[in-house]
Amino acid sequence: MNEVIFQERAKQIHRKGDAPFELACNKESLAGAVSQRACVFCGSRVVLYPIADAVHLVHGPIGCAAYTWDIRGALSSGPELHRLSFSTDLQERDVIFGGEKKLTQALHELIDRHHPNAAFVYSTCIVGIIGDDLEGICKKASQEKGIPVIPVMSEGFKGNKRAGYNAACKAMFRLVGTGDTTEISPHSINILGDFNLAGEIWIIREYFERMGIEVVANITGDGRVGDIARAHGAALNVVQCSGATMDLAKMMKEDYDIPFVRVSYFGIEDMAEALYKVAHFFKDDSEILHRAQQIVREELSTLYPQLQKYRQDLQGKKAAIYVGGAFKAFSLVKAFRLLGMEVVMVGSQTGTSEDYRELHEVTDEGTIIVDDSNPLELSAFLKEKDVDIFVGGVKERPIAYKLGLGFCDHNHERKEALEGFVGMLNFAKEVHATVMSPVWRFVPRREIRQ
Amino acid sequence: MLEATPKEIVDRKALRINPAKTCQPIGAMYAALGIHGCLPHSHGSQGCCAYHRSHLTRHYKEPIMAATSSFTEGSAVFGGGANLRQAFTTMYKLYNPDVIAINTTCLSETIGDDIPTLIRESRESGIIPEDKVVIHANTPSYVGTHIAGWSNMTKAMVTYLSTKTDTAKNQINLIPGYVEPSDTRHLKQMLKTLGVEAVVFPDTSEVVDTPQTGEFHMYPKGGTTVEALRTTGNSLATLALGPEASKAAAVELEKKCQVPYQLLDLPIGIAATDRFVQAVMEVTGVEPPESLVEDRGRLVDIMTDWQQYLYGKRVALSGDPDQLVPVTEFLISCGARPVYVITGTPSRYFETRCKEILQETVPEAIVKADTDLFYLHQLIKNEPVDLLISNVYGKYIARAEDIPLVRFGWPILDRVGHSYFPSVGYRGSMHLLCNIINTLLERKDRDDPDEVFELVL
Repeated sequence: MNEVIFQERAKQIHRKGDAPFELACNKESLAGAVSQRACVFCGSRVVLYPIADAVHLVHGPIGCAAYTWDIRGALSSGPELHRLSFSTDLQERDVIFGGEKKLTQALHELIDRHHPNAAFVYSTCIVGIIGDDLEGICKKASQEKGIPVIPVMSEGFKGNKRAGYNAACKAMFRLVGTGDTTEISPHSINILGDFNLAGEIWIIREYFERMGIEVVANITGDGRVGDIARAHGAALNVVQCSGATMDLAKMMKEDYDIPFVRVSYFGIEDMAEALYKVAHFFKDDSEILHRAQQIVREELSTLYPQLQKYRQDLQGKKAAIYVGGAFKAFSLVKAFRLLGMEVVMVGSQTGTSEDYRELHEVTDEGTIIVDDSNPLELSAFLKEKDVDIFVGGVKERPIAYKLGLGFCDHNHERKEALEGFVGMLNFAKEVHATVMSPVWRFVPRREIRQ
Repeated sequence: MLEATPKEIVDRKALRINPAKTCQPIGAMYAALGIHGCLPHSHGSQGCCAYHRSHLTRHYKEPIMAATSSFTEGSAVFGGGANLRQAFTTMYKLYNPDVIAINTTCLSETIGDDIPTLIRESRESGIIPEDKVVIHANTPSYVGTHIAGWSNMTKAMVTYLSTKTDTAKNQINLIPGYVEPSDTRHLKQMLKTLGVEAVVFPDTSEVVDTPQTGEFHMYPKGGTTVEALRTTGNSLATLALGPEASKAAAVELEKKCQVPYQLLDLPIGIAATDRFVQAVMEVTGVEPPESLVEDRGRLVDIMTDWQQYLYGKRVALSGDPDQLVPVTEFLISCGARPVYVITGTPSRYFETRCKEILQETVPEAIVKADTDLFYLHQLIKNEPVDLLISNVYGKYIARAEDIPLVRFGWPILDRVGHSYFPSVGYRGSMHLLCNIINTLLERKDRDDPDEVFELVL
């Protein structure tokens, strides 16, 4: 059966060293595939979700709200409105007669009770079909309630997750430019593409603040409506993650002439590079670079000795990576290398050809590079490469465990901060704990190997 | 997190807050996993399928396989026929399932895709190989809840597969309801103990609770086989457990193959399990063996040994109708007071039965279907309870109000055990009761000041 799969999907799989690099990607998933991909709504929801002082109202049948209720540990240091589940719970009669009245009523009730600083209204598949005038309703509610009420055009069928990121960025862009920027320092940034899973953005913010840089808006981890509204006052956008918030950075570049840099906070090299990139931008103050260097030095001097003991055990172990965005994969490849481990498979749901070319460059000979994979294929690769640890998300975890491999969630369900210098240590600990766990000895397939 | 919940209760018509339900398709997907060699197929956007798989994965910690029609804007305009045909081709080529069970979604329902016709045409044109089974259920997300989805897919198994021939079979059909694999496994064991041949369907044991072998199997060992499903038309009778989930299939079997049915509450607690055993005895003429009588005795023994800790305890319950009815009855028989019983699923059965059970002993109880956890939280804020029994989503209320919580029902995304330890039958009820008692005692120990904190309870 596997033979057939590989033939069908040959263009989206590459083994480094086999042939000149070429990988088909950004293709729609084949209908009938057990795809690991999600929809437009999902993309929008994950991006906007961490904005904690807004209400997030899902306009649709109950499922879309139910499945996205507090499933992501995007921490907030203050309000926790984002963790409640609000839905218009559309019924058959709403589908026939339209859901506009219900939506208006729901918005009024929500805003009156919770006094949020903004409301995001997510459109779902069905709303796209019945044609409720989200724009009009939101506009009216906004006028009446005096807060931004923003439609998110995230009908599920209008593309994949990437289209959802775009819809989310468009929604946020309506907020940008509405706040007062007079007090903002010339040495200021917005942090884009970090969702504060396990408190990560707090770590990153602290580094920047130690460098003497003001962080205007977190977009969107531990995010606030008011901060996003004045985000156009920042001097630089620092963007992490390949797809999620890039569009917003581009829009802000176009309309407000705010430059952006792409960074990653995973792993020592990328984390340090992120700080330097930002420091270099603020050339007028050499102290900033100096402080960045100091931070890196300090952090590394505590980190390195601690990493060594993990590295000893992990040397030569094999890792496989399958993540949402390819950008994360680059850092992971480097992070595993730092631990003395070998990455034998790497793939993503939404990588671009640019991403994959870069991946091809950073990986070793023989590494399998794959786009939009599926469980059968993944399990075949994992077994073929005799992997020790698999890094993925919620749907990948049980596959790893069934095969008797260690696993690290690098997605919504991570419980430890993996970003920053301290994140590298946490990552090492987590990888070490799962790879070295004695339980794999009892897995029949691996018993035989020993 | 729940601090904004006001005490004052107002009628809400437009807004659902913190739902106690989800949509039909996931229930259909779960039911379809209970057919052997089946690949559930979600006819809609790929997000639906991804969400259902993730949600089921979080509950079972197992790989959940299902395919999707991956709708695009084109499908929304021109219909999903082309997607479904492409999907058949892909699925047979890549995954070669024996059975494909299609569920619709809000999108494909609203567009109006005619699934039976699409299946027929695909069969005629040879896209569906002759020896392959394809069934479907209409599961619009804007009608009913996950329970209706399960019910519709289970009914589809009958519509498509049950056949009446001249050879009557000395077996019964058992529709276990929307329950855990542990429950189905235990029900099968009970029938075996009773010496009864039965087709239990759908059966997710050995599908979503498979042992660790180091291998990943796309189609695990378990699930009701198509052959067995076909013979349900020749069975002596059908026992349908949990009316909201199981009634539709039982009625369909009677209509299609004249198999009489009995509708029973899920066998949770002493009385409901007695009724179940009684029904099996009536239909088959078997007598319960000593071992089953002893199991019953052990359950009663726990109830008597620990009654003092349950008597008068105010309990709030949230979950699915079929589970809540017998649990409410069980709590009453243990001396507890279920004061609030709510479900997100609209259900007359639930409201009528719960009120019936409660009217004598807890006349002030509030029973409400088609509501949400925000409402339950408001009730509790107005008059607190000693214990909350709920699926995972109850944990917010439990924390906000500092109430001990027994996780029970579906889904449970943060604890282990539900897949392995049943709550049905005498033994399952023992497990559930121990859980309830121990949770209360754990709290007692936590709260007791030093001078009354005791070793022996």
